[in-house]
Amino acid sequence: MATETVATFESSLDELGVGLTRTDPEGFDDALAAILDEPAVGVPLRIDGVSLDDVPVTVDPTLAELRAARTGVTPVGTAVATYGTLAIESSPAGDEPVSLFPERHVAVVREEDIVWGLDEAFARLDEAFDAGRDSVVFATGVSATADMGSMVEGVHGPTAVHVVVVES
Amino acid sequence: MSAETRRERAAHIRQLLDTEGENVHADATHINEARYDAAAEFEAYEELRTEAREIKADAIERLPELIDQVTDAVESNGGQVYLADDAADANRYIEEVAGDADSLVKSKSMTTEEIEVNDSLEAAGVDVHETDLGEWVLQVADESPSHIVGPAMHKSREGIAELFNERFDPDDPLETAEELTAFARDWLGERIRDADVGMTGANFVLAESGSIVLVTNEGNARKCAVAPDTHVAVAGVEKLVPSIRELQPFVELIARAATGQSIAQYVTTLSPPVETPALDFDDPDTPLSEAGIGGGGDGGGSDGNDDREFHLVLLDNGRSAMREDDQLRETLYCIRCGACANSCANFQHVGGHAFGGETYTGGIATGWEAGVHGQDSAAEFNDLCTGCSRCVNACPVKIDIPWINTVVRDRINRGVGDASDASDAPEFDFLVEGLTPDEEPGGLTPRKRFFGNFPTFAKLGSATAPVSNWLAGTGPSRALLERFLGIDRRRDLPQFERETLVEWFESRGGSRVAAADADREAVLYPDVYTNHVHTERGKAAVRVLEALGVAVRVPDVASSGRAPLSQGMFATAERHAHDADADLAEHIDAGRDVVVIEPSDLAMFAGEYEKFLPEKSAERLAESSYEAIEYVYGLLENGAERAALRRGDGERVAYHSHCQQRTLGLEAHTVAVLEGCDYDVLTSETECCGMAGSFGYKQEYYELSMDVGSDLEAQFTTDDARDRTVVASGTSCCEQLDALLERTSRHPVQLLDPARER
Repeated sequence: MATETVATFESSLDELGVGLTRTDPEGFDDALAAILDEPAVGVPLRIDGVSLDDVPVTVDPTLAELRAARTGVTPVGTAVATYGTLAIESSPAGDEPVSLFPERHVAVVREEDIVWGLDEAFARLDEAFDAGRDSVVFATGVSATADMGSMVEGVHGPTAVHVVVVES
Repeated sequence: MSAETRRERAAHIRQLLDTEGENVHADATHINEARYDAAAEFEAYEELRTEAREIKADAIERLPELIDQVTDAVESNGGQVYLADDAADANRYIEEVAGDADSLVKSKSMTTEEIEVNDSLEAAGVDVHETDLGEWVLQVADESPSHIVGPAMHKSREGIAELFNERFDPDDPLETAEELTAFARDWLGERIRDADVGMTGANFVLAESGSIVLVTNEGNARKCAVAPDTHVAVAGVEKLVPSIRELQPFVELIARAATGQSIAQYVTTLSPPVETPALDFDDPDTPLSEAGIGGGGDGGGSDGNDDREFHLVLLDNGRSAMREDDQLRETLYCIRCGACANSCANFQHVGGHAFGGETYTGGIATGWEAGVHGQDSAAEFNDLCTGCSRCVNACPVKIDIPWINTVVRDRINRGVGDASDASDAPEFDFLVEGLTPDEEPGGLTPRKRFFGNFPTFAKLGSATAPVSNWLAGTGPSRALLERFLGIDRRRDLPQFERETLVEWFESRGGSRVAAADADREAVLYPDVYTNHVHTERGKAAVRVLEALGVAVRVPDVASSGRAPLSQGMFATAERHAHDADADLAEHIDAGRDVVVIEPSDLAMFAGEYEKFLPEKSAERLAESSYEAIEYVYGLLENGAERAALRRGDGERVAYHSHCQQRTLGLEAHTVAVLEGCDYDVLTSETECCGMAGSFGYKQEYYELSMDVGSDLEAQFTTDDARDRTVVASGTSCCEQLDALLERTSRHPVQLLDPARER
């Protein structure tokens, strides 16, 4: 993984007002706990070496828990460095609602899944479509609207997004 | 249009200027500038525009095949596809799907506006809630969108606060944008949780995988699509693209073109029915994994969720006919970004409700309305396109929007027209009849005939000057012109010169530089205005070219056809094009360059002529034609003596380029030449003067024209600009500037004229 890619990703996120935390599998639990607003809900991370087993995150929440949650934690299949975009795949575990309903979204991405630009992201998307994983959201920054007279962040989607990069 | 209709329209425009103009102006100009920045800092922009256009052209070409393909794909995913012939058909189907649903939440979609699905569902007893904040404001206010992307762009924060406070009576009155947004989020969040059905549009539909693509910033489309267990997506058939492999250019273009963002907050590609658990908010204690049967806790794999229902309604509603129509087909390439509206000076000042057909607004709306609602709907606002062509470069799929507007104008002329048109046409045709050697049908209004045949009137005007000028300027004449031709009496009429430029050139004995002594020989194209009205700029151009060693000719050449084209008089324009081409061909054969003073005529040669002339003729003329100062620039670059031109000695100049000249990328040449000759140039940031040929003469548009011009006036009356010499490239720009400012404006070539007095 080119350092330049991660650095670009970090500065893209910075421009979007999105924070980034780097960690490795050993430090993951502590790093995540430090940025959670509780109560938190999540979906299985599908990333080797890290899980939500030992952090205060309710996996497979009920709707009541989803509604009450202040933070939602999901994995990110691909991240795009130049745009600061996070590709969130739709899954039966509920990645979509968990990333969308709580006011804070914590996105966990493996360092090696950060790609440079949309070209690489679309190449991966194409492969994913072939494999039947054909529902995905490219999320960039927080939800926003200008419909009420000036730019306001946090509308139907999250007001805050934080990315955790897991180095291998 | 009768005098009374004109007065009503003028009153309507005045009212919109007063009530909505200010809000629209702030937003549309802001977004337009953001679009410029976004395009400038994105290297691949032009390349992607070309690619996007090719993808759309191919998809529309293969549309029947893609419809079959998407039907198979969606059905094999477990969803349904319904191909609806028209609005009624679509609504019938949607109503069936809604069945006994109590409530439905919607994400903003112009296609559902087009079929008026809300009214149909409400009548069937379904509560419909728009969840896009702007669209919801309009639903509460019971208004229609004024913009494709920002539907409530015409409303101010104060206006929305007043509306909400009155309608919802909150404990603490709402005031700030944050408070209004939070209130809307909570109120609509509850409606989303309660909804039985979610409805979205689709920005794109991928045929191969049966995916719909939703581009939003708020996140409401995602919620509408996944929160309820039933999802209905309504999309025009033109939204189909082959597969995920063709999506990328659009993802990179759409937000840049729409709002100047590099990418929208959410670009969602869903292949429904999705695996995401359906959220049953009446059953809050079931874990998500048990809400519907998915594939388990991890891994991907779109097996679909058995509890979910998905319907894709593909709407035809005239689109197949548009596909068959060589002139309207390009409309189907439109990705609904609204850039044409944002780039349009008239739109910026008066907003979408003036452009309103039944559904669509802004530049491309003419194509949409003519295609889906018919010519009458398009006719309501077709006049507002002045053909300035600023939207051409704005469009991410390179649709020639002014051309579509002109085509529709021609069809309106040839159609029955609306009742008000027919009422005054035959009776007062005497005013222009007999003087109008055009090929147009009898129902054409006298005013269109007048403006479309302006070259003929100009000839007459010069031949009878100064009597014609005196006569046209008298009170009774102005009243007559206003009453029967709708020419506003507040606008000064052009003053014809008794001696035309061609006559002057002949009487001085032709070129002062002999062809034998010159490296280059040029034909100065005597456009109607230069030949009959602004002969001074023609004379200056001759002297400037000669000073730079060019042998000049000013032959009597047919007019370009711009005047009839602007009126949608195609047959007449085409005849002019053939005549002008024939007149110029011998000169091009002889190796002469064609130098054009009027940018709108050059734009004809460079653009529209390809529609009228054989390809080779059009190409040859386009390649041999130059804008006057562009030509001077080329001569200087190739070693001509700058010293032969009148130097500026630091003279302070305020320069306004012409809209079509900018579209052709020729503004910079004038600035470079003037600066090179030691003029201190302040360039107008305002792109439009608001005049655009005959637009400002028209009674119902006079005030709008002046309002658009007020931006230019403001820039040219600042402390830094107020004492500068005013220079503009186009005839109508000069006329407008003369109306706006106390100083007289002139063409840049007049500054460089060696004979100019110091």
